[in-house]
Amino acid sequence: MADKIQTHHLTAYFGKVRGVHDINMNIQENQITAIIGPSGCGKSTFVRCLNRMHEVIVGAYAEGEVILDGDNIYAPEVDPVQVRRRIGMVFQKPTPFPTMSIEDNVAAGLKLNGVTFNKSEKEAVVERCLKQAALWEEVKDRLRAPGGSLSGGQQQRLCVARALAVEPEVLLMDEPCSALDPISTARIEELLIELKANYTIVIVTHNMQQAARTADMTAFFFSGDLIEFGETRQIFTNPDRRETEDYITGRFG
Amino acid sequence: MDQPQPLHTNLRYEEELRGLRATLLKMGGLVERQIAEAIDALVNRDTELAKQVIERDKEVNRMDIDTDETCIRLLALHQPAGSDLRFITTGLKITVDLERIGDNAVNIAERAVELNEEPQIKPYIDIPRMASIAQSMVKDSIDAFMRQDTGLCDAVIARDDEVDGLNRQVYRELLSYMAEDPRLIARSTRILFISKYLERIADHAENIAEMVTFMVKGKMIKHMDKK
Repeated sequence: MADKIQTHHLTAYFGKVRGVHDINMNIQENQITAIIGPSGCGKSTFVRCLNRMHEVIVGAYAEGEVILDGDNIYAPEVDPVQVRRRIGMVFQKPTPFPTMSIEDNVAAGLKLNGVTFNKSEKEAVVERCLKQAALWEEVKDRLRAPGGSLSGGQQQRLCVARALAVEPEVLLMDEPCSALDPISTARIEELLIELKANYTIVIVTHNMQQAARTADMTAFFFSGDLIEFGETRQIFTNPDRRETEDYITGRFG
Repeated sequence: MDQPQPLHTNLRYEEELRGLRATLLKMGGLVERQIAEAIDALVNRDTELAKQVIERDKEVNRMDIDTDETCIRLLALHQPAGSDLRFITTGLKITVDLERIGDNAVNIAERAVELNEEPQIKPYIDIPRMASIAQSMVKDSIDAFMRQDTGLCDAVIARDDEVDGLNRQVYRELLSYMAEDPRLIARSTRILFISKYLERIADHAENIAEMVTFMVKGKMIKHMDKK
């Protein structure tokens, strides 16, 4: 399996405080990679470095390299907006534009990127993305209804559809199910597994069973360090590192 | 991972895991006693003791059910991972072997009751030797489980050959008795069964030792070097 993203000595700072430290990790193409670890261990900071979202916070910056298909996204000539188009992100809480219609929500990313399209092109994109996000059947008869009228789980899938519209190569998901009920969670997980045929997915989760169910590879972070990274099955049945074992078995003080 | 593990954050979970460990230890102790007393009942021609062994099997069965229920509850409620997952799934399998060992002890007691009704063919020599090895294998396999000791597992697995050797020896000896005097066939067959039950007990202990090795190392050694 080819590496889609490689990080080399990636260190992220909030002013003088170090968020993650010297991370070297290879994220494989068309795989789901889960990042687990206790609160404050740097897992969100790490994924936000992968599409240059970290530096959006005042005083925050990153050192080291993030190589996407062979090119360092932190090279001086790189436009972060272009990086974020290739590496999309879905957040913890569903963030649709609440008064905007469902179809306009899906097309919003394209509009912001200055893409122009006619009515039938827009309809095609909306249908494709809603189908990919497993939301089409539930909303196809009310595409003009506001995004805020959907349930939490539907809103989160709408956000996935919106992220997919710009045709990213990588999808970063920061706790995408933590505000959802078990059925919506199962739908999102099912969706991730379908999407990995075409995308590379990195998911941050506090729910270890979610990582165990969905991810091919799992990374365990602790106090800003990458402690262990390996096949999900091995991490959850027989991890190499004592810290990982203590965390997955619930022995953390 | 040599140093002792810290406690689980969820103390009720920690307590339930300890409870499972304690039940298995108790069950191991009980089946050991069942083997010893079944053989005593045979050697000392003590039918009353044999009947007690048969009656006490209910306790072994109850512990088997308790263990199953505890393991299933732990799996359903706590989604165990890592060494806990290996411990619980191993417990779930060990209880099956312990329960079968208990059944084999009952079978020995049943044959003893039958044999005690007729004159003894000859003093029992190899059978008590086999029983004491098989019993020590059961004890050590459970100790290995408690102490997570794979060295002890290897020793248990190695000792199985001794029991197999004694079983063959008993077979040859009884065969010659039966050939000489057909009136001994019924009694000899019963002793042959007892020898086979002991051989099975040793096999169950070997199974436990293999599963404990998996539990400790996370590596399967079963069916690796079957003759």
